[in-house]
Amino acid sequence: VSTSTLPLLPATGSPLLAAARPDLAAHVRHNGPLPSRPDPLALLAVVADSGLTGRGGAGFPTGRKLAAVRSASGRPVVVANGAEGEPASAKDALLLTRAPHLVLDGLQLAAHAVGARRAYVYAKASTLGIVRAAVAERQSAGYDAVEMHVVEAADAFVAGEESAVVAALDGGPPRPRDTLQRVTERGIGRRPTLVQNVETLAHLGLIARHGADWYRRNGTPAEPGTFLATVSGAVSAPGVYEAAHGITLRELLTCAGGAGEPLQAVLIGGYHGTWLPLPAHADRALSRTALRPVGASLGAGVVVALPRRECGLAVAARIATYLAGQSARQCGPCLNGLPRMADLLTRLARAERQPALAGEVKRMAGLVEGRGACHHPDGTARFTVSTLRTFADEIQAHLTGTCTAERRAPGVRRTA
Amino acid sequence: MTTERPARLHVDWTACDRRGSCIELLPELLDADDWGYPMPREGHRDLSVDGELTADVLTAVKLCPRLALTLTPGS
Repeated sequence: VSTSTLPLLPATGSPLLAAARPDLAAHVRHNGPLPSRPDPLALLAVVADSGLTGRGGAGFPTGRKLAAVRSASGRPVVVANGAEGEPASAKDALLLTRAPHLVLDGLQLAAHAVGARRAYVYAKASTLGIVRAAVAERQSAGYDAVEMHVVEAADAFVAGEESAVVAALDGGPPRPRDTLQRVTERGIGRRPTLVQNVETLAHLGLIARHGADWYRRNGTPAEPGTFLATVSGAVSAPGVYEAAHGITLRELLTCAGGAGEPLQAVLIGGYHGTWLPLPAHADRALSRTALRPVGASLGAGVVVALPRRECGLAVAARIATYLAGQSARQCGPCLNGLPRMADLLTRLARAERQPALAGEVKRMAGLVEGRGACHHPDGTARFTVSTLRTFADEIQAHLTGTCTAERRAPGVRRTA
Repeated sequence: MTTERPARLHVDWTACDRRGSCIELLPELLDADDWGYPMPREGHRDLSVDGELTADVLTAVKLCPRLALTLTPGS
């Protein structure tokens, strides 16, 4: 995904990307200094009032998470999570590269709010150089109260799941753990741990400076503020764009240069996400409220445009195969069920004339859902069921041994 | 005493190794899935546990060789 073009959206402005400055002096000059030692409770109140939610995908209210970690017993630890294991997302790496100090400001503020004395930045290899330089710059300037450690994130889809982040920072393999013990209560070194996506922290860095009302100028009353979207696939200018919650799909695709060719659907929310057929959903607002009724969610802001000439089943089978390979191989239903789902989808894509295939995919999705330590099986099941629903007509064509698309799975002939 | 949320039998899927003792001990509640992992006969998520079977469930929790089962209290 190219991130070279970052046009501002005139309708809403792009507060996050407009505030991006790579070096500390320019950052402070442009954004002003961090509020020095704000009252932690006042800071928590501002975050709660702003309505900020987590940008790693789950969308949990940040104010509530901070409060939970603060009230847990023991000295907390905080983590800026830039693992970004989702292949269709590029926004966290972009943010760490373009605005490392905004993220680090947010990390310091979060540490201050929960009373932590130790902080980590968990970031992909491609961003480590810039992040380390930014941390060193701040250390030599004596800018921060809380010590920060930069750790390279594992390169795997589930590496950014918060319990996997904790496991990695504890020195173990980067695998999710059982959910019975909450990370907010017992995480790194058995201490209460706040794992927050880097975009969430960057917003926090601005909210602490400008206040909740300032943040609420953008977005909708229920879902205030802007979010970073990674738009890829069949658009003229793929890249990372900042948009206000509630922007329509059509408007976001227009920001990304518009469709380069006729589209049949978008995948929203990433590889664990949901297909929305086009043009039916072109004017759907991108907000949790508007997406929930159709079983979709914004996730980490991923939108992939699927052109009409590509076989949706072939694309979905490739994604399902990738996801099956990304199982942490700890939980039986995921380890066994995901490869099975991927295989069934691949056989559907190859136009095997076996009418029972789709039903078996659905049964398998039901068998893995909710039966793992993390949401990898659930997300994969959601994606797979959405594939069956969205490409139902294509499935019918494939059951006759043909495909309607120009770009098809190998060996499949085109529907006459 | 009435509970709003029933007690649940939680499976730690990172520990479960389909030894099957829980399925043998709780045939009314659990069945094996395609691969031999325990699955509630009703629904796919953590099993709701109440009333007369609670003692049997606690036995299954104790006898799991992988210590993969927990009875989480209701509220």
